[in-house]
Amino acid sequence: MKKQSIEQLQKTCTQLRRDVLRMVHAVQSGHPGAPLGCAEFFVALYFDQLRHNPDFKMDGKGEDIFFLSNGHLSAGWYSVLARSGYFPVSELKTFRKLNSRLQGHPATHEHLPGIRIASGSLGQGLSVALGAAQAKKIDQDDKLVYILMGDGELQEGQVWEAAMYAAHHKVDNLIATVDYNGQQIDGPTKKIMDLMNLKAKWEAFGWEVNEIKEGNDMKSVLEGLEKAKALTGKGKPVLNLLYTEMGYGVDFMVGTHKWHGSPPNDEQLAQALGQLEETLGDY
Amino acid sequence: MSLDLKFTYTEKKDTRSGFGDGFLEAGRKNPNVVGLCADLIGSLKMGDFQKEFPDRFFQTGIAEANMIGISAGLAIGGKIPFAGTFANFATGRVYDQIRQSVAYSDKNVKICASHAGLTLGEDGATHQILEDLGMMKMLPHMTVINPCDYNQTKAATLAIAEYEGPVYLRFGRPSWPIFTPADQKFEIGKAWKMIDGKDVTIFATGHLVWEAVVAEAMLREEGIHAEVINIHTIKPLDEAAILESVKKTGCAVSAEEHQINGGLGDSIAQVLSRHHPSPLEYVGVNDSFGESGTPTELLEKYGLNAENIVKAAKRALARK
Repeated sequence: MKKQSIEQLQKTCTQLRRDVLRMVHAVQSGHPGAPLGCAEFFVALYFDQLRHNPDFKMDGKGEDIFFLSNGHLSAGWYSVLARSGYFPVSELKTFRKLNSRLQGHPATHEHLPGIRIASGSLGQGLSVALGAAQAKKIDQDDKLVYILMGDGELQEGQVWEAAMYAAHHKVDNLIATVDYNGQQIDGPTKKIMDLMNLKAKWEAFGWEVNEIKEGNDMKSVLEGLEKAKALTGKGKPVLNLLYTEMGYGVDFMVGTHKWHGSPPNDEQLAQALGQLEETLGDY
Repeated sequence: MSLDLKFTYTEKKDTRSGFGDGFLEAGRKNPNVVGLCADLIGSLKMGDFQKEFPDRFFQTGIAEANMIGISAGLAIGGKIPFAGTFANFATGRVYDQIRQSVAYSDKNVKICASHAGLTLGEDGATHQILEDLGMMKMLPHMTVINPCDYNQTKAATLAIAEYEGPVYLRFGRPSWPIFTPADQKFEIGKAWKMIDGKDVTIFATGHLVWEAVVAEAMLREEGIHAEVINIHTIKPLDEAAILESVKKTGCAVSAEEHQINGGLGDSIAQVLSRHHPSPLEYVGVNDSFGESGTPTELLEKYGLNAENIVKAAKRALARK
């Protein structure tokens, strides 16, 4: 895939946000907040960073592969998969509907290209990514494994089992990213279950921590991901703390947990789309 | 009194050793076979594999949920992971991980569960899981296997390495008679009629297959000819073999080291009620936890030995 300019990538982000909003609006269910906040990450990853082949193969041999552990960001992931050629963009209209490959949470069962594991029940993805990374090591495959987790998800104990394992086994061909938006369904993480000093926690678990302070700025995300890549292969697993704003891109959705799992109504959709230019053509 | 047993043994061994030896052999046959264990390598008899293939073996520490997830990831990369721990920690503790990352995701992961059932013995009820078969058989796409002795466990281990798809393999701790042949062919999903009979069918799984063999001889002394069928695969269940036998004998007993609720007997009852309603008596644990004791003491106290199979067979016969 040819490298795109920052301006082009930003346009794709805007389209991804439109896709997400239209998808959750159409079925009046789903999770718009977090994928709006992760648009830059998704687009930077799929259109710039990943050495991947949209002609999908489950084992991902010889490719960088990505796992989404916080499966409720499915609308955003489906959009970026479709927009980068994994399946027809028109299929986005089937999201969460009966007989669709685009399940409410990502699944392999319907064989949607791009998806290698079901996710939705939180806390499991990092372990899966570790296994995939170790399979690459056995095969002497020098490509990388990426995984995105939510910050609220870090409240699950399994994440820390995996964190401990990764450092002990020196899984250094893995780049994990935490969507550090400080929000979860019931409210701000600080209020629900304070994550305290995440950087210190991951460092104490033996990880190389790379902070990406402007997670909704394309240039900053690209630089951050490049830096993360440079940190691989040095005996330590790598973690990006990606500071984002839930609901970014729509003024009345940004920075609150209220849009974590609530779709916009007709009026709100119109208002939101008014703030997001149709750049690549709606599905 | 000496019984005229149709199957005999000269040696006893634990079924977990059958797993360990089969696992090593599977590893030698196929470089994609890899192993994981959550701090129970010695108990699971996975040490020989680890020694021979250190780069294909992963110690996860006491973190079973992580082990299941890693296994799913290894399977994505084309490996055939055998994840071993005690049956309790291989099922109840990680049910959601198995459900989402393995079964629903169609991953070629072999969950290898030792120390299942009461015969774990002295460790007591915290470790004596009696619900695992039920939990695992409820999961769509899961194959559930519970072999009866060392040889069958070894054969089953080799068979699941060749099979593509998630498998739950259950075995145990106690030294147990080796009464099936070393060169047996293990066919997943195919019941094995070990003893022909005409009066009552005993469907047994795991360690209780041996108790069924003993019970058959005891019943024969009283002129009752029991058919003994070894149901090593709980799921997919060999419905044809079950129906063929019960159509002949007219009644049956199920025998398992598991809760009656949700176990093999439940699966057989479903088959019979749909196709050939017949008296069925259950030998299993009746809605209770276990406790500390020797395997033999526990099987006796909880009603899971040959004497109890004999009694159940007579109850079934009386209902014909």
